[in-house]
Amino acid sequence: MRGVLIADFDPAAPYRLDPRVALRDEPFGALAYHYGSRRLSFLRSPELVEVLRCLERHTSAAAAVDSVVALPDRERHLRALAALVRSEMVVPG
Amino acid sequence: MSAALVEALERGLDAPICLTWELTYGCNLACAHCLSSSGRRDPAELSTAEAMAVIDELAAMSVFYVNIGGGEPTIRSDFYELVEHAVASGVGVKFSTNGTTMTAARARRLAATDYLDVQVSLDGADAATNDALRGAGSFAAARRAMDHLATAGFEGFKISVVVTRHNLHQLDALEALAAGYGAQLRLTRLRPSGRAAAIWSELHPTADQQVELYRWLVARPGVLTGDSFFHLSALGDPLPGLNLCGAGRVVCLIDPVGDVYACPFVLHEQFRAGSVRSHGGFAGVWRDSPLMRSLRAPTSPGACGSCGSYDSCRGGCMAAKFFTGLPLAGPDPECVHGLGAAALAAAGAQDERAAVAGGAAAGVQDERAAVAGGTAAGAAERRAGSPDHSTPVRISRHPRTRWPTSGR
Ligand code: SF4
Ligand code: SF4
Repeated sequence: MRGVLIADFDPAAPYRLDPRVALRDEPFGALAYHYGSRRLSFLRSPELVEVLRCLERHTSAAAAVDSVVALPDRERHLRALAALVRSEMVVPG
Repeated sequence: MSAALVEALERGLDAPICLTWELTYGCNLACAHCLSSSGRRDPAELSTAEAMAVIDELAAMSVFYVNIGGGEPTIRSDFYELVEHAVASGVGVKFSTNGTTMTAARARRLAATDYLDVQVSLDGADAATNDALRGAGSFAAARRAMDHLATAGFEGFKISVVVTRHNLHQLDALEALAAGYGAQLRLTRLRPSGRAAAIWSELHPTADQQVELYRWLVARPGVLTGDSFFHLSALGDPLPGLNLCGAGRVVCLIDPVGDVYACPFVLHEQFRAGSVRSHGGFAGVWRDSPLMRSLRAPTSPGACGSCGSYDSCRGGCMAAKFFTGLPLAGPDPECVHGLGAAALAAAGAQDERAAVAGGAAAGVQDERAAVAGGTAAGAAERRAGSPDHSTPVRISRHPRTRWPTSGR
């Protein structure tokens, strides 16, 4: 799994939310809808939503994650970002 | 999907994820299984200004897209105006059409519009099978529409098929037909509402065919279903999708006169939550109507409680139960373990008893009370259903249901 993760996604590189993705806040986190692919994702943590909202202001995905969550939660959020990169919700910045 | 997320969705969201909007009851075809019993336009249908206001409200609620149907939505003269306003407001549109009004010029206009999906309805791989349900000439008309779309370069339009006993053996042929157009195949479940109520028992897939359909779908995750077959998930691995009933929780329906119904497939008084014409508008109905609230409350699994498949099937579809006269807490009429058939037989017997007694069968009425009041005991478990229900199929306006209706 890690190999795949590193191949698709580099935590040290900049990323941003695809401009065609809209976020809608929900009690469990948010809904993300990609107007291009018509894909709907459930973002299951408010922190992840915060990371996505500030992603493009940071020089790397890891920096964006670190600005929102503490170290123990870092890996989990990076994995979530990697999944969003694979589904093309998040694109290289 | 995590249990916590399922629970959050079952409690309902502040706005639907998507909704179905029947723009008109007018239709130039008269399909035997039409869920909205469409034919003639209703003089009270929403005006252009009212429809525009609904779109503005949906945009304000961040509803990502609407599934527009009817009737045949394209016969409204303001159809393209409404679509363009929705898309420009960030509300994507997926609309269903029988294809009869498609021209080369319209196909080009559609192909040039972003955030727009078109679904052409087709209920068989050949004219004989399709036209038996949809009327003479409808197969040729749908194919012509597909030709126009393909020629205009509209990539990935959808071919939407209601699965029946008579076209189930044509799934491969339908898949090939879609592939030939660069289109996507979409299959939906035949629900016994509207005109389909009268012919459902002869038309719905047999028990063997349900198994065949499940296997076919499991092997083809790319075929769209709008989650409508999640009752088949009781046969093994779950089908892709949310696998829960979205009625009043994440989906709903607006009918041509602006009435709001909890489920995209139950255009029946019992499930009417209010009207977009009322003071609080659509948002008020969605958030505050007692019916919507009751659907977000925990309910009992009823006779499904002892079923080992309940976690994946969750008792199936409320609409299918409603229109076949089954208790809402209990098995789907097409339960893959055969409980639905038994329940149908029992409900039939109850009906007769009720007729003799001159009143409604008590057991069935209790279930209705549970839905209306959201008071069912056994709070931990919830009812079942499915979420996306985008789809071309529609609702019954004047359904023939054996479910007892109060005061009539
Ligand atoms: S008994 Fe109920 S939960 Fe079990 S498969 Fe049948 S409908 Fe689904
Ligand atoms: S599962 Fe049935 S009742 Fe529930 S939303 Fe879908 S069609 Fe309606």
